[in-house]
Order: sequence, then structure tokens, then C-alpha cells
Amino acid sequence: MSKQINIVTSTAVPLNIENVDTDQIIPARFLKATSRDGFGKNLFRDWRYEQDDETKPKKDFVLNDPTYKGTILVAAKNFGCGSSREHAAWAIKDAGYDVVVSSFFADIFKNNALNNFLLPVTTSEEFLQKIFTAVESDPATEIEVNLPEQVIRIKSTGEQESFDINSYKKTCLLNGYDDIDFLLSIKPEIEQFEKDPIH
Amino acid sequence: MTLFEKIWDKHVVKTIDGGPSVFYIDTHFIHEVTSPQAFNGLNARGIKVFRPKQVVATADHNVPTLNQHLPIKEELSRLQVEALKKNCAEHGIELYGLGHPYQGIVHVIGPELGFTQPGMTMVCGDSHTSTHGAFGSIAFGIGTSEVEMVLATQCLMQSKPKLMRINVEGTLNEGVVSKDIVLYILSKISASGATGYAVEFAGSAIRALSMEARMTICNMSIEMGARCGMIAPDETTFEYVKGRKFAPQGKEWEEKLAYWKTLYTDKDAKFDAEVNIDAADIEPMITYGTNPGMGVGVTGHVPALNEIDEKEKPSFQKAIGYMGLEAGANIKGTKVDYVFIGSCTNSRIEDLRMVASFVKGKHKAKDVEVWIVPGSKQVEKQAIEEGIDKIFEEAGFMLRQPGCSACLGMNEDKIPAGKYCISTSNRNFEGRQGPNARTFLASPLTAALAAITGEVGDIREELKFKSQN
Ligand code: SF4
Repeated sequence: MSKQINIVTSTAVPLNIENVDTDQIIPARFLKATSRDGFGKNLFRDWRYEQDDETKPKKDFVLNDPTYKGTILVAAKNFGCGSSREHAAWAIKDAGYDVVVSSFFADIFKNNALNNFLLPVTTSEEFLQKIFTAVESDPATEIEVNLPEQVIRIKSTGEQESFDINSYKKTCLLNGYDDIDFLLSIKPEIEQFEKDPIH
Repeated sequence: MTLFEKIWDKHVVKTIDGGPSVFYIDTHFIHEVTSPQAFNGLNARGIKVFRPKQVVATADHNVPTLNQHLPIKEELSRLQVEALKKNCAEHGIELYGLGHPYQGIVHVIGPELGFTQPGMTMVCGDSHTSTHGAFGSIAFGIGTSEVEMVLATQCLMQSKPKLMRINVEGTLNEGVVSKDIVLYILSKISASGATGYAVEFAGSAIRALSMEARMTICNMSIEMGARCGMIAPDETTFEYVKGRKFAPQGKEWEEKLAYWKTLYTDKDAKFDAEVNIDAADIEPMITYGTNPGMGVGVTGHVPALNEIDEKEKPSFQKAIGYMGLEAGANIKGTKVDYVFIGSCTNSRIEDLRMVASFVKGKHKAKDVEVWIVPGSKQVEKQAIEEGIDKIFEEAGFMLRQPGCSACLGMNEDKIPAGKYCISTSNRNFEGRQGPNARTFLASPLTAALAAITGEVGDIREELKFKSQN
């Protein structure tokens, strides 16, 4: 798993479905592992296969369409709603994606993604539709996600939009370190805080 | 200041420039499904749990709800439960696991044992942690990396959410209970209507509710996308907490109580958004679609195509296609195959009593299977003491053992493909109760009625009939 993100340039997989919840991303029956790896093969399991059978891929589901490849997943609004399972972010990352683009992300999913070096990029609804149009009319369209500049660009048309990211999280992603590293470094301050009368 | 801000401010260790705050967590609940990878992470870093006494563990998501005294048959489930046992032992965490008299769904046992108290910050690797906000605390679900963070440092990196208040004023109609309130709010503001907000539920209709009923509402605040849901503590809250196993006692109780009484939203406090609901408008509710915001009154209909926004049509059609329902059709009279009364939304003793008082002396419909899954061992014990188990037995209902069960279908309690289940749980997502299972979310009363008649009905007609006789 790549722990650093800087500039990602790739073709994209368009998942033009709204309100994709985490039960679709990774159904609960696959949450039984005790490690973080290997969830990618069950990503969107029930949308990918007929009758839960890996030998029967559903032809009309975009992840089964060989025309679309890449490390950027583009989804319609309200992506990642529902359960707090971090397995959803693991599954997407494990399936080879570094970036998820949507016009709206559920809160917990966004946090989970950031904690796993999967960059959630929130665009305007309008720009999202432009990406869908560009990618669906030409699957070879490349999208560039530039984290240092906080810009997402459709390379063929040059259209671009800036996106927000918390500056602390940005530093973490650029440098490949996580919240735990930071929190452990300030432990004495936490111990001091615990002496406050409400604790 | 708002209730949220009063608690938030007391728990910020420090704030990073332009970034999130280091946020202190008082109580951390863990369970078998979202904790193993977090413990692996700690082990890989070579560190121990920082404050094991502030961690409460149980096994609930994956456990069987029959024959709990036998070893778990399903291997992967057993491995998770065993991993939890081992991790708790190694790190000095108290585990209320299978076989323990306090075992149960994490959001049921926290309040019932008195771990959940006003003014606290609480987290768990489960989105329905919002339940605990009913006590006037900040409680929210976290992912496994965050579970690891809290185990390691008792802190999280958090940005302060925006604040929303939902006021429910007035008196509820007969047959309308707290589950209907929350399904109604969801149907009005949608499944993403509160994303990014911490929500405070207020108003006379909320204040009139019992703690169990308040928990049902806060439980489902996550279904609106909210970071957390909360209700200011009052006498009802204090009365509930008092005397519970892990509640403060004696002098400590007096001190805490004095502090808890300061926890309310000041008159001049400002919210980023407010929603006003008239309790009298709420009917018994039911969902027809595949997210909890897709609900209507039981006498209503699945929206007709011309009532749906052009942009929403594809996802609407996908949802009702999955559910096997027609646009514009009435929901009342739809046949159900399964009834599931359980989950952290509605599996407390009050819920079971409500169901029992309605079904007493009645029998379930012929082709319906009815599962009652109590939220905890203590709820189960109480139900047996009150003779509720007998009422269920006579009605042909199956009283199972505590766990999450068919709420998420991780154990063997799954609804078969294509079957309809009326469920008191909180999510009707595709496949949530089993691959291709179809879920109607409703209150325990509406579910109980369906158990008896075999179809979706209006509990108000039944109650009216009863009061005339
Ligand atoms: S009962 Fe359902 S919603 Fe509640 S904790 Fe268990 S799985 Fe989650």
C-alpha cells in the first residue's frame, strides 16, 4: 500500500451511482478477517457478481468493464454513507485506487479514507458531471489530481477545479505519516490534560 | 453556548493551527469486528493500550443467537471472537463477552450498565455509537485506524462539526412512537440531510420521551449523515443513570449531578441550521426503499414517478426495483415473510414490553417467521422475569439470544433472497439483512402488527378497535 500521495495521473473508473453506501462497497459478511489486506477482491461484491458467484460477473457493472481502468474512482454524490466500517476504505485501496472523486462524501468514510492514504476529492456537482461526460465518452481520458496544488484537472480538455483539504491532513498524506504518529508524539500533553478536574 | 460546545470545549487537549483538534475520549467501546486490526497495529508499533480501564469490550456483531453456550460454528466468526478475548486479556481490558451476564449489543450494554453518562465523550468502531448521545454526551462512530488511535492515546484528531437543532414540538398521536419520529425526520431531511453536523434533538415531544425512546432517536441520527446526535440531560436521564452498576455513587454522584445540570443549550446559543417538526404530523412510518430516508406514513404510497426529481429517478427506480415495489403503489397490505425485532435501535426491555402488550393472546400469521432478539443478557433476563418470553412463545415468536443478528446479517441470521422483512433495525440497504433481502424499517409496534397479520398495516386502526371494545 502506498503511504504517500502527491500527484496522481490516471484514467478513471466512472461509478455513476448516487448514495453508494458502505454495505455495497463491502458487504458485512466479508468483514470477518482480522487483518487489513485482501478486501479488494470483494469490493462491490453484490454488484459485481450474479448470485454471489465469482464465475458470473454482471456484465453491465462498470468494474467488470475492461474499457475502464485506473487508480481514480469517480462516484456520484453521497459516496460512502452508512456504516463506519473502515473495511470500505481498505477494499477500495486494496483494489488499487489512490483517489476517490465525488461531489459529496459521508463524514466517517472521508476520515477513514484519509487515514488509509486514499485521497477523497470533493468537487462541485457541475465539475463531477464534466468528469463523467469526459470519461464515459472517452475511457482513455486522463485525470490529474494534484495534491500539493489542490487541483483536479481533466487533461484532455484542460478544465480544472480546486479542492479543499485540511492542511494537517495534507501534510500527513504528502509525507506518509499518520495521526497515531502525531498523537504518540504529544503524549505528555495528553497526560497533563487528564489532570483536569473533569477527568 | 450549545450543549455540544460545552462538552466539546472540555475535551479539547489542543488545537492544531488550521487543522483538527486533539480530542480526548472518556469511554471507548470495542467489539470483535472492528478491533482486531487496531490491536495488530498496536502490536506492530510495540505499544500497549494507554488507558485500559476506559475501554469496555463485548462480542455482539458476529455471535450466534442460538446455543450461545456451544463453540461458534462459523470459523471466521469464532476467530474474531477469540482474537478479541486474547487482545483484551493481553491489554488488561474488561470483556463482557459470550457467557458473561452483561454481554449484549455494545450500545445496549453501555447505558444499561451505567458506563454511558452525561457530559462524556464516547466512541466505538460502530456508527450507531450516536445512541449514547441520548444522555447528553458526544458519542460517535469511528473507523478502525481511529480505534487504534484511541487505544494508543485515548485521543482522536477531530474537527468541530457544524451544529443543527431539530425541534419536535407537541404531542404524539396514539400508536406513534420514537422510531416513527426519527423515520419521519429522515423522510423530511433525507439520508444525507445532516451530513457534517452534530445534531441536538429538542422540543417538548423529545423531553416527554423515556431514555429508551431517546436512544432510538439518537441511534438513527447517523442515518441522516450526522456526526452525532444528542439530547440535553434532564431528570429522566438522571433517574435512569442513578444506581446503575458503573454509575457514580455517593459524593461523586452529587458532584457529577451538579455538573450534569449545567449541560443544556443556552437560550441565546446559535445553530448553523434548525429544523422544526410538529409531533402531530407524524404517523406510524415505514420505509419503502433502500436507504432510511425513503420512508412514508403507513397509509401513504411509494412515490409516483412524477413526484420524484428528474435527477433522483435512476436511484429511485433502482431502489424500488430492488424492493420489488411499484412506483405509486400503496404500502399498506404488502405481505411480509419475516419480522425482526431487535438491534441497538429497538431491542431494549421497553421495546419488548411494547411488543408483548400488543401481541398478548394473539398468534402470528401462518407464513411469517418472527425473530425477537433482545439487546443484552440483562434484557433477556428481565423479559423472562416478567413472563414476556411466555407471551412470545404462545404467539409463535422465536425469542433468540442477544447480538446484532439480522440487523446486519453477519452471523447465520440472514433473510433469504427476495423475501420481505419488517425490521426494527436502522438500515434497509441492499443486502444488509442478507444478499437480496428486502427490508422495511418500522417501529416495534408496526412490526408486531405485521407479525400477527402477515402484512404491513396501520397500528392506529388496531388500537382504535381495542379502545371501542
Ligand atoms: S445492532 Fe446493528 S446497528 Fe446496532 S451495533 Fe449491531 S450491527 Fe450495528
